[in-house]
Amino acid sequence: MAYVAVKGGEQAIDNAHAWLAEERRGDRTVPELSLAQIEQQLGRSVDRAMGEGSLYDRELAALAVKQAQGDLIEAAFLLRAYRTTLPRFAHSLPIETSEMRIKRRISAVFKDLPGGQILGPTYDYTHRLLDFDMPQHEALTSDETLTAMPRVPDILGHEGLIEPDGDGASEPGDLTRQPLSFPASRDMRLQALARGDEGFLLALGYSTQRGYGGTHPFAGEIRMGEVSVEVEPPELGFAIDIGDIVVTECQMVNQFKGSKTTPPQFTRGYGLVFGFSERKAMAMALVDRALRAEELGEEVTAPAQNVEFVLYHSDNIEATGFVEHLKLPHYVDFQSELQNVRRLQREVVRTAEPAEAAE
Amino acid sequence: MKGYNFAYLDEQTKRMIRRALLKAVAIPGHQVPFGSREMPLPYGWGTGGIQVTASVLGAEDVLKVIDQGADDTTNAVSIRRFFARTAGVRTTTHTADATVIQTRHRIPEQTLRDDQIIVYQVPQPEPLFRLEPSRIETRRMHALADYGLMHVKLYEDIARFGQISISYDYPVMVNHRHLMSPSPIPAFDNPKLHRMPALQLFGAGREKRIYAIPPWTEVRSLDFDDHPFRPIRAPHPCGLCGATDSYLDEVVIDDRGGRLFVCSDTDHCAERRAAGHVGSEGLKEAAE
Repeated sequence: MAYVAVKGGEQAIDNAHAWLAEERRGDRTVPELSLAQIEQQLGRSVDRAMGEGSLYDRELAALAVKQAQGDLIEAAFLLRAYRTTLPRFAHSLPIETSEMRIKRRISAVFKDLPGGQILGPTYDYTHRLLDFDMPQHEALTSDETLTAMPRVPDILGHEGLIEPDGDGASEPGDLTRQPLSFPASRDMRLQALARGDEGFLLALGYSTQRGYGGTHPFAGEIRMGEVSVEVEPPELGFAIDIGDIVVTECQMVNQFKGSKTTPPQFTRGYGLVFGFSERKAMAMALVDRALRAEELGEEVTAPAQNVEFVLYHSDNIEATGFVEHLKLPHYVDFQSELQNVRRLQREVVRTAEPAEAAE
Repeated sequence: MKGYNFAYLDEQTKRMIRRALLKAVAIPGHQVPFGSREMPLPYGWGTGGIQVTASVLGAEDVLKVIDQGADDTTNAVSIRRFFARTAGVRTTTHTADATVIQTRHRIPEQTLRDDQIIVYQVPQPEPLFRLEPSRIETRRMHALADYGLMHVKLYEDIARFGQISISYDYPVMVNHRHLMSPSPIPAFDNPKLHRMPALQLFGAGREKRIYAIPPWTEVRSLDFDDHPFRPIRAPHPCGLCGATDSYLDEVVIDDRGGRLFVCSDTDHCAERRAAGHVGSEGLKEAAE
């Protein structure tokens, strides 16, 4: 029988997509998930997809989560690929987290402080015992409104115990428009971290706690709630409110022994993430501070302090693409390697033979 | 609790932990690896302490749990509830009434007795980890009692700042042999470790290590002859009970620099107030 080379890629892809759609839907006797259900009941998944997808839109994120069968990196990828097509009308003014409508606000450094500690909707003090009765639980609602609260680093700032936070006057860069270049300024680093993979940042932040680039962190404050987004169109000359977003902010307060030019004081590590993503905001703040090692005159020895290493590997869309591209055909390259190894082996055998003969 | 053994852990696991505890008591300050279990609370929140407590707790015990010295901090409440629920033991906030005290970051002000056990939650059992991150290396250093690295670090602190700049988790030498992390208690509490009548047990769940200080063991905070160890305390009396010898929490009362200093050991403070001691804040209230 004559040899027939593998063809029919187009048909194969169509079939794969049809199968995927069927898998995604699952058993048709089980009701299909609605986008509203995902948005409402899988909120943390939606938040993560928005954060790593760099697009704040709960409905679209719910669609992405559904379309990706709950694979959150895939969902973030779908959102990124959509956001990149959107026209940019304006830049918002910096959001003001001190004006946040707080849902959660805790400080690990002061037992009590103005505005108090608000636990909010947290898993922190749940005992991780499977709740077999959960499907029958009734939802609870709370409409408590809370007043604005001062941020903890600002409280420390009054005494000059923490470094100032810059004036924020310069225009921030945008990684989605300009490629990453080094040395990367802090605004670019923070943007990369905010878009970065939660798991990667978590592992890096954890490594700093275990001695690989320690930063002596205290969770000065973590707050989560709604903030207003405002834009100031030049033709109007005043700011208008275009909507509210939920963000989680973490301000780490880090011990710093001072240097030749700076007195001993606390330094900052900053994390800000879309939605309620406390784990990521905290990891981001640890890594942000670790990445400031060089600027603060500390020795750069650990992975988390290496700006180039962290920024080039934090983006999970880039990472997943390149890791998974190994599935693509590499016939040609492999063929040349195959020839190469054969040639080298022959060479070894050929040079070994005369030596043996001489003995 | 239905479906779970007394104090959550199964008896085999408790036996394994007790064996580690016995070894730890036999070699004071030495870190004993143990088969730490997944607990229904997250790593870093006291899983080591909880496993140790679960292994030593009996039905007649009275448990006190503190975090930052206080019985009413959220994590202390959560752990106390956990044992009330899974072991059904009596709980208390009074230091004197407890037979087992689980703590995070403090030692109670009141001197403990020889019929009490204090269990410390330990985030990082390796005292050398900031100087040498590899645990293969640090194990070798402990085996050889090679602690030069830590002495150099303390010396460098003195050379740069004129004093040792460690304010919590201040390293100690146990029984003249093992360098040990006292867990992140303030250095203020270090003298209490020395020749304490109570048994001191340390559990690190995530790092899977247990260590111990048997009663009446010598525990010395590292220092130099010409730079003796000096614990730090905020230079204020407690605003509520007036104590001048207790460790203090700083409470922010406004965003214009207003501060109130109060005992971090809430039980100690409450007992002093019950005995008639009044701080500046109490005096103000009385005047109003």
